[in-house]
Amino acid sequence: MVNDGTFYFDEKLVNMREQQGPLATTSSVVRGLTAFSSVITESLNLTGDKILGIAKFFLGIGIPGDTKNFFDQVDSLACLENNRVSIPLILSLPSTVISLTKKDSLKVKVNTVLGSHAPPLTVTLVRAFSSSARDNSIIENQELKFDPQDAVYFLDDLPASFDVGEYIFVFKMLVQDSEQQTVYATGTLTQVPIYVTGLIKIENAKIAVLDSDLGSVETQKKLDLAGESTVSVSANHLQKLRLSFQMSTPLGNAFKPHQAFLRLRHETKVEHTFVVGSSGKKFEITLDFLGLVEKFFYLSGRYDIQLTVGDAVMENSLLRDIGYVELDLPEPPENASRPPPQPVDPYTRYGPKAEITHIFRAPEKRPPQELSLAFLVLTILPLFGFIIGLLRLGVNLKNFPTSAVPATFAVIFHLGIAAVLLLYVLFWLKLDLFTTLKTLCFLGVFLMVVGHRTLSHLASASAKLKSA
Amino acid sequence: MYQRERERERERDYREEMARSTGKDAQALFHSLRSAYAATPTTLKIIDLYMGFAVFTALIQVVYMAIVGSFPFNSFLSGVLSCVGTAILAVCLRIQVNKDNKEFKDLPPERAFADFVLCNLVLHLVIMNFLG
Repeated sequence: MVNDGTFYFDEKLVNMREQQGPLATTSSVVRGLTAFSSVITESLNLTGDKILGIAKFFLGIGIPGDTKNFFDQVDSLACLENNRVSIPLILSLPSTVISLTKKDSLKVKVNTVLGSHAPPLTVTLVRAFSSSARDNSIIENQELKFDPQDAVYFLDDLPASFDVGEYIFVFKMLVQDSEQQTVYATGTLTQVPIYVTGLIKIENAKIAVLDSDLGSVETQKKLDLAGESTVSVSANHLQKLRLSFQMSTPLGNAFKPHQAFLRLRHETKVEHTFVVGSSGKKFEITLDFLGLVEKFFYLSGRYDIQLTVGDAVMENSLLRDIGYVELDLPEPPENASRPPPQPVDPYTRYGPKAEITHIFRAPEKRPPQELSLAFLVLTILPLFGFIIGLLRLGVNLKNFPTSAVPATFAVIFHLGIAAVLLLYVLFWLKLDLFTTLKTLCFLGVFLMVVGHRTLSHLASASAKLKSA
Repeated sequence: MYQRERERERERDYREEMARSTGKDAQALFHSLRSAYAATPTTLKIIDLYMGFAVFTALIQVVYMAIVGSFPFNSFLSGVLSCVGTAILAVCLRIQVNKDNKEFKDLPPERAFADFVLCNLVLHLVIMNFLG
């Protein structure tokens, strides 16, 4: 039997090929038990507590991930729902949080394991005590009223002495019909943890800058922690910063929250967190900058002040930037520790970077077009000079062959040379080397054939002249 | 003192005469060259004219480069080298065609001319490729 009231069977591992967990083992026991009890005429001698424990085990394991386990669970619960030994009745609360501000009432439901209606019962709140003070019970033996519409048992007014905090409520249920008491298993006592929440009063909040030596107040400003306003103070390393406020429960008692932190965050995102100490209702923290200079890494500048006050039962927990303090710290010495590097926003590190625009090489300075054209003309001029010189020399075209065949060959020879030169011009303008070379092959072969013919004709002619 | 003056005068006269004679000698040399050149055959004169044309074109290109800077250096080189190359080929042709040259007596001038044309075509293909 486990402490939380559940009861289950487990199997000892004795060299079996297939090991069954507690769920499968317990469910097979339940199946056998309920099947057996349905066929025998006498009643089995089993206490209701054990049946209730088994029922609580099946209800407490949640939803098993395995289909076989899930079947075992639901099947066992179905067996328990209507068995001949005793039917377990489960007490549950739809909400374990009672809000004092909303004036909630305590509601309790009693059902069978699969959620069907229970017979008429008397549900009694035996004890209610704070989890911190277990001996002191606030409520004793309070019977809950039944609401037939919602089928819940409720307690309308909690006594006025209920303050915020964590409590444990102990319930007992009893079947009203005494004959049916053996049919159902109600167990003895059920313990339920309850949270009672409410609004915590925070008042008298002040922030002050004190002179370190004398402790006198230099600046003091009131804080409105419930509102949205911010304050700004300034201090140097010789002063102290003090934040103080008072907290009390709705009933006026002292309240110690789970979290009361003061956080100073620098512009460079370096943070320092301090715990706000308390004595009774008064909460106060004093930051002595003289001692904290090294902890702050000698970083001067603007620090955002953030106050966090929170608790599970506090309905108005706060996490708020209450302002900023301009801190003037001395220069860091040579061996001062550097502040830790702050985490970089992953989007700036892994996100798209700034687009790089390629800066093309600035084009070279070209001469003005007129100059280039002038020199082009100037370059062509010597060609004309050559032609004029040729004419002056009296170049003779007399040796040009006049008879038909050699003449055509001569003409074709000159045309061939012109064609090759034209090909070169085209090559410069747009052709590539490969097509040029291909065309050149053909033209070259043609030219060589024609040239050979022409020149050999000329050679034979001059040879004839020489011999003659 | 009088002697030194005379010496100086003699020196001056001597220098004048030398200058005049060098001037006269240069002129005489030039004249003789011209007359000798007139005797060369026309074919050779044509080749000489062609060479002069090529070199002159090269000079103009160098002057242009001196003015505007050598930015497309490959183009400049291609232009200058085409002129210089064709001038060299012309020199080769002149050597081979010249009847006074004993070495190339058996080479028919048409053959030399065919070589000249072929080499020029190859040169100009390379030049066009390098022109860019």
